[in-house]
Amino acid sequence: MSAARPVTPPIDQRSTLLHMRGIDKVFNGDIVALRDMNLTVNQGDFISLLGPSGCGKSTALRIISNLLHPTRGRVEWEGGHGVGDLGVVFQEPTLMPWATVAQNVWLPFRLRGKSYNSVRDEVLEALRLVGLEKFLESYPRELSGGMKMRVSIARAMVTNPRLILMDEPFAALDEITRHKLNNDLLQLKDKIGCTVIFVTHSVWESVFLSDRIVVMAARPGRVLRELQVDAPYPRDEEFRTSSDYAAYCRQTSEALKQAMGESV
Amino acid sequence: MSIADNTPLPTIDVIDEDEARRLRIRRNDKIGKWLLPMIVMALTIWGWDLVVTFNEIPHYILPGPGLVLRTLIADWAMLFDALLVTLQITLMALAVAVIGGVGLAVLFTQSRWIEMSFYPYAVILQVTPIVAIAPLIFIYVDNRLAGLLLCAWLVAFFPVLSNTTLGLNSADHNLRDLFRIYGATRWQKLRFLQLPSALPYFLGGLRIAGGLSLIGAVVAEYVAGTGGIGSGLAFRILEAGYRLNIPRMFAALLLIAAAGVVIFAGLSFISHMLLRKWHESALKRDG
Repeated sequence: MSAARPVTPPIDQRSTLLHMRGIDKVFNGDIVALRDMNLTVNQGDFISLLGPSGCGKSTALRIISNLLHPTRGRVEWEGGHGVGDLGVVFQEPTLMPWATVAQNVWLPFRLRGKSYNSVRDEVLEALRLVGLEKFLESYPRELSGGMKMRVSIARAMVTNPRLILMDEPFAALDEITRHKLNNDLLQLKDKIGCTVIFVTHSVWESVFLSDRIVVMAARPGRVLRELQVDAPYPRDEEFRTSSDYAAYCRQTSEALKQAMGESV
Repeated sequence: MSIADNTPLPTIDVIDEDEARRLRIRRNDKIGKWLLPMIVMALTIWGWDLVVTFNEIPHYILPGPGLVLRTLIADWAMLFDALLVTLQITLMALAVAVIGGVGLAVLFTQSRWIEMSFYPYAVILQVTPIVAIAPLIFIYVDNRLAGLLLCAWLVAFFPVLSNTTLGLNSADHNLRDLFRIYGATRWQKLRFLQLPSALPYFLGGLRIAGGLSLIGAVVAEYVAGTGGIGSGLAFRILEAGYRLNIPRMFAALLLIAAAGVVIFAGLSFISHMLLRKWHESALKRDG
């Protein structure tokens, strides 16, 4: 975790992180999960993939994280790609129930052969950033759903990866916790300047969080259009109640409605 | 997350009637769990004694509980030695069952080819009654201890194998993906993900295997017959049967049953200690 606070440049001045070029994914020979997906991800982007279920949002994430191989096309990382480039947050917290909070956050380092003592500062810092520094020795079952998600986020960012993928991380949480975590996530991004691809089916969440929204349609899964949310960060509760926010939501809803209309 | 979700109410002096009743029921449940089996046992022993006394049943047909107890004390030296022999075989077989069962399970999950090749034979060994295999084993295995161990192992290893295999394959799918993304080696995946995931399953298999290895040891002793240096409880039962020493048969039986209960309780305790911090099965819930 770098100490200096990184400043994210405006959208058009960011350097490229990766390209998805002409990606198709076909399952079982005839189910088209993704058709011709092209996306350029820049350093510092907060991109939301927004769309109805079955539009290939999660498939896109799995292809970027190399868990799935595209049927056609490829993912090109700027300057090559290594094991430590990615952090991932799933829809469930996906913690190891037998390990303490600290051990869970240590995992990405541990798998690279680093002892706990050698990375303790990083683990503590990550947990401090998500507000859980007092729960080092707790087990996941002792935490609430929101707290587990925070541990999961801490684990994803502890290695300071080039890209963090989040697959509907807050979908299972209640509205209040979700708002809180949305606010905290933006503060976190502001502090560490990470790049995020965030899958969601909530218009409100995508507008609040991201500066780029990629609207996707289903059957076959494809990118319909891309919207930019130009509201400056940091965003807070004030933004949530502003007329700008409402306007962006309306615009995004319409794009989503179109996506739904085309796919039904 | 720093705000406490629900601060306890300041005073709980006044307990309403419903709550008091629930507390009473819970307390009675707790006592009953121990007391009721004790009462049933006392009544059974008492009834047994009555039946024997009233019908004047001779002790070589059915000895009374008092006589069984006296025999247990009188023959204690011999029976205790026999118990140690049986326990030794049981525990060694259990140890081998654990090593063999877990080892095979790990091997199976590492290679589908090995699993496909050998799993059917593990099933065949399991479903063939041990009494049918045991005489053959004692023909070909000269060392008596090795033969006994082999019999007990054959009975006991399967639950460990099948439960551990299930457990190793039950690791959370997202966690598996996470390990892949982080470039975990096969060994790291096994050590940090699959083995911990398999632990509760393994411990379930271990508890079954504990009882089965005792059964295996006893059956093997029956089949192996002659005592020799170390004669276990099963051999003492056979021997007492030939001599119509029925009280001693009961005393030995009592010891075997007690050994089984102790093994089960011990393994349950180990299981609880290993899982108490994180696994659902070992957690107590309030209310």
